[in-house]
Amino acid sequence: MVPVPGGASAPEQPGAVGVRDGGERPDAYFEALLAAGEPVETRDAMPDGYRRMLVRQIAQHAHSEIIGMQPEGGWLTRAPSLHRKAALLAKVQDEAGHGLYLYSAAETLGVSRAELLDALHSGHQRYAATFNHPALTWADTGAIAWLTDGAAVVNQVPLCHTSYGPYARAMRRVCQEEAFHVRQGYDLLWSLCRGTAGQREMAQDAVNRWWLPAVALMFGPPDTATGADDRTAAMGAALTRRSMAWGIKRHTNDELRQRFVDNCVPQAERLGVVLPDPAIRWNEERGHYDFSPIDWQQFREVLADGSHCGRQRLAHRVAAHEDGAWVRDAVDAFAARPGRPAADR
Amino acid sequence: MSRPSGNTPWEVFIRPRRGLSHQHVGSVHGADADMALANARDLYTRRGDTVSIWVVRSDAVRASSPSEKDPFFSNAADKPYRYPEYYVALNQDERHGN
Repeated sequence: MVPVPGGASAPEQPGAVGVRDGGERPDAYFEALLAAGEPVETRDAMPDGYRRMLVRQIAQHAHSEIIGMQPEGGWLTRAPSLHRKAALLAKVQDEAGHGLYLYSAAETLGVSRAELLDALHSGHQRYAATFNHPALTWADTGAIAWLTDGAAVVNQVPLCHTSYGPYARAMRRVCQEEAFHVRQGYDLLWSLCRGTAGQREMAQDAVNRWWLPAVALMFGPPDTATGADDRTAAMGAALTRRSMAWGIKRHTNDELRQRFVDNCVPQAERLGVVLPDPAIRWNEERGHYDFSPIDWQQFREVLADGSHCGRQRLAHRVAAHEDGAWVRDAVDAFAARPGRPAADR
Repeated sequence: MSRPSGNTPWEVFIRPRRGLSHQHVGSVHGADADMALANARDLYTRRGDTVSIWVVRSDAVRASSPSEKDPFFSNAADKPYRYPEYYVALNQDERHGN
């Protein structure tokens, strides 16, 4: 046994940074783990590219969770009943928790939470552009939960078996909670669809606005020939191939997108809303629902920094962080106070 | 150990129900043990009826050294006589071990 240096960079099996399992031939060791379907753990040797791809993906995911609190969070004080308010509050709190699970997983790769938040605030790392759409009515909270969270579940269930252990374990916790998110959103829309004509209209309008962002942006760019023109698909395919070879992703974006559409069509029918895509129809031959190809040009524009709502989301996040600075300072001062009990050191 | 601050990481262990041992679930930040415990409660026990939580400062954990891995754990696999399969079967349909 040797004492290991701890510190902010190394939760979960502390001291991992700089010391690696893998012996003389770290690359062969890593490849052998993947080939055996064994999870890669914090102390295992891993290629730098693998580590960077994970940091990027987990950070993007964590940022999406905490930015994703905003569209629904804005409706907390205007929920139509105590029951809906309690449910929405629990959901928004879960999103904060999901962000923390994921930041904690990213920290096992040797980055600090402060670095990740700086990268979010400065725009060096991104979050899902889906959340750059405004939540205009109460029904939007239902549509976001049913469609956006529903899409997230389709993405996240395979990630419960992603090759990096701490990420997979975080995803298992997240997935257990997402089921509640989707159900309460569907339930909310269900009530509206069985309400007045105005309420039905509000539900349909929200679904109209959140359908395409969910289908397009929650699954990322096309990465197979069926998803888009050759050039776009080839670019997406190269990234996806790398990610799948490393066992980070288990399916292509387009495969998961199709799974999401197949889930939603019967749910929309039961609900009594129309999904805003006239091309949706059952394809007996493929055993899947057909849907319109996505206009990726339009979505590249949403992804650009110029989006008004996107600027608001980020500004709100930065302001919340800056407004909380005095709390962090007070906590640090409290931790460093003279006479602090030894048990806490 | 590093200087205490609000960014100090703590490992979190949860006993999900009676009869089970505490299991590692992840980490939280906290300036002291009480804050870490409160943060762990907020983060890891929003559902289910957790019986108890432990928090341990991440830099207080000692881990076995990777470079000593082979000699350190060698007794587990290299001593077949520690396994029941090594011996004559008690019943006819059981096979001999290696």
